Amino acid sequence: MKIKKISGTPWSDHIFDLVVYFAITVVTIATLYPFLNVLAISFNDSTDSVKGGITIFPRVFTFKNYETIFAYSGLMTGLKISVLRTIIGTLLGLISASMLAFTLSRVEFQARKFVSTFLALTMYVSGGLIPFYILIKNLDMIGTFGVYVLPSLVSAFNVFIIRSFIDGLPYALQESAKLDGANDFTIYWRIILPLTKPALATIALFLAVGQWNAWFDTYLFNGSKDYLTTLQFELMKVIQSTTTNAESFRGRNMTQVMAQISPESVKMAITIVVTVPILVVYPFLQRYFIKGMTLGAVKS
Amino acid sequence: MKAITNKVPLEPKVKKAQFWTIFTQQKYLYMMALPFVAWAFVFSYLPLWGWTMAFQKYQPGKSFFDQKWVGLKYFKELFQDDQFYNALRNTLGMSLMGLLAGFVVPIVFAILLNEVRLQFLKRFVQTVSYLPHFVSWVVAAGIITKMLSTDNGAVNDLLMGLHLISEPIQFMAKGHLFWGIVTASDVWKETGWNTIIYLAAISGIGPELYEAAKVDGASRLQQVRNVTLPGIRTTIVILLIISIGHLISIGFEKQFLLGNNLVRDYSQTLDLYALNYGLGMGRFSYGTAINIFNSVVSVILLFVANGIFKKITKESII
Repeated sequence: MKIKKISGTPWSDHIFDLVVYFAITVVTIATLYPFLNVLAISFNDSTDSVKGGITIFPRVFTFKNYETIFAYSGLMTGLKISVLRTIIGTLLGLISASMLAFTLSRVEFQARKFVSTFLALTMYVSGGLIPFYILIKNLDMIGTFGVYVLPSLVSAFNVFIIRSFIDGLPYALQESAKLDGANDFTIYWRIILPLTKPALATIALFLAVGQWNAWFDTYLFNGSKDYLTTLQFELMKVIQSTTTNAESFRGRNMTQVMAQISPESVKMAITIVVTVPILVVYPFLQRYFIKGMTLGAVKS
Repeated sequence: MKAITNKVPLEPKVKKAQFWTIFTQQKYLYMMALPFVAWAFVFSYLPLWGWTMAFQKYQPGKSFFDQKWVGLKYFKELFQDDQFYNALRNTLGMSLMGLLAGFVVPIVFAILLNEVRLQFLKRFVQTVSYLPHFVSWVVAAGIITKMLSTDNGAVNDLLMGLHLISEPIQFMAKGHLFWGIVTASDVWKETGWNTIIYLAAISGIGPELYEAAKVDGASRLQQVRNVTLPGIRTTIVILLIISIGHLISIGFEKQFLLGNNLVRDYSQTLDLYALNYGLGMGRFSYGTAINIFNSVVSVILLFVANGIFKKITKESII
């Protein structure tokens, strides 16, 4: 009796498997289908799309939707600013997080306890939206590019992730460099930074995605500045202008675009333009962010 | 006794001198840390100073000392406003639903994924499930609105095809559906991402436990119940406490992007209320009062949650 149970599979396990694979299939479709649907519509002729019935393949294939949205100047500016803020914001964030993490990993650093507590508290305290707005206003940062990269420069969470990574490196490396007469900055730059690459890759992904996806700072501070608009903000304007009747959102330029192809097609095409960079990057960094997430969870 | 009294007046001086010697030795460390500390002070701590605005009749352009102090005037106004209670209800309602769904679904999904024996399939599903986490809420809201729309929306098409409904439902125009839509959107976007920690915890369970269960004749379902679930119990509790701490700080992003004028009574959270009625109308003091209320309630919830946690596990997460 017992032997049979070990070697054979009970019938309930087959049902269990069936349930598991069914559920997994449903989840996969529910996640993937919306994206494929949007992709198909973005490549489908605008007047044909209105008839409906597009699933995951375009019916009347065309590049016209993309040609039209790229002819709209706001989109090109948005693309430029989004790329700029992603690059600059990520670099600055990496420098600040890695430098702070390095100083916190040095046991003999006098201000270590103070800096660590000071940073940790920023994760819990928040002044709220309006005090923050007034602060930016008083700093004369409204209507500047700085508002995209400066307020978020220091992130305690990122510091602690990198720091726990540095703590895992052998301290003897730093010791011997010190004996060779290297100063602390040289140790950071020449020894710690190259060895911390896996952790830096994780943080870079988090920072870059955060920068690329941000829209509210544009809405709040730079909404009226055409030259500082971001892709996400442009997409938000299109989506809001057609789901609500906020005509004020829709610039004249955009109305002309929408006269050529339906708002629906505009939305879908911009959505794809905004999503593709992320789609290209994240699967390759999967190994890193899974490590980063579990590391962060253990620490916090 | 004498020795001690002799030593005491000397010590601060020695300590001070020592401090400065070490300070010069560690000047590079200070140079690498202090600028960013100052930075964090400006952007994270200075806004707290802005809380004084709630007790003043704040007028932009005037200096701090020229503002008129009004005491608790704005808090009294706040507690008399029906919109405030409406916003509080929406915040609590959506957070609770989000907490429950966001807590249960990832655990179930992680367990399901763990039971997939085909490794390449498991990895594929995992990769796909992370995708929505990486797109912005702007993109997500656009896609969700499209899927729920009455003309050719996938959800309505599916329900019509299954003959569950006879005409399309106007999802985005029905206030009482809004909380559910926000919760479902959150589940769609974040479930995959939130399983990462649970999957890591599950992979930490020793295979010998499963072997032992198998020898005892446990079915797969029984293994899940008696090995997997107890194995990730601590992780579950910790994550639950953390999310209780964040209960009221759900923000406004989803509500701002998914909501519209038709569903405003159900979509306006405290943060959105502060945005619309504080910032939008230039009533900075009133808006700050809302922000303060929100922050204070969050902190109280965090401490209460931590207190419960301490009682159960004798450990603190703060």
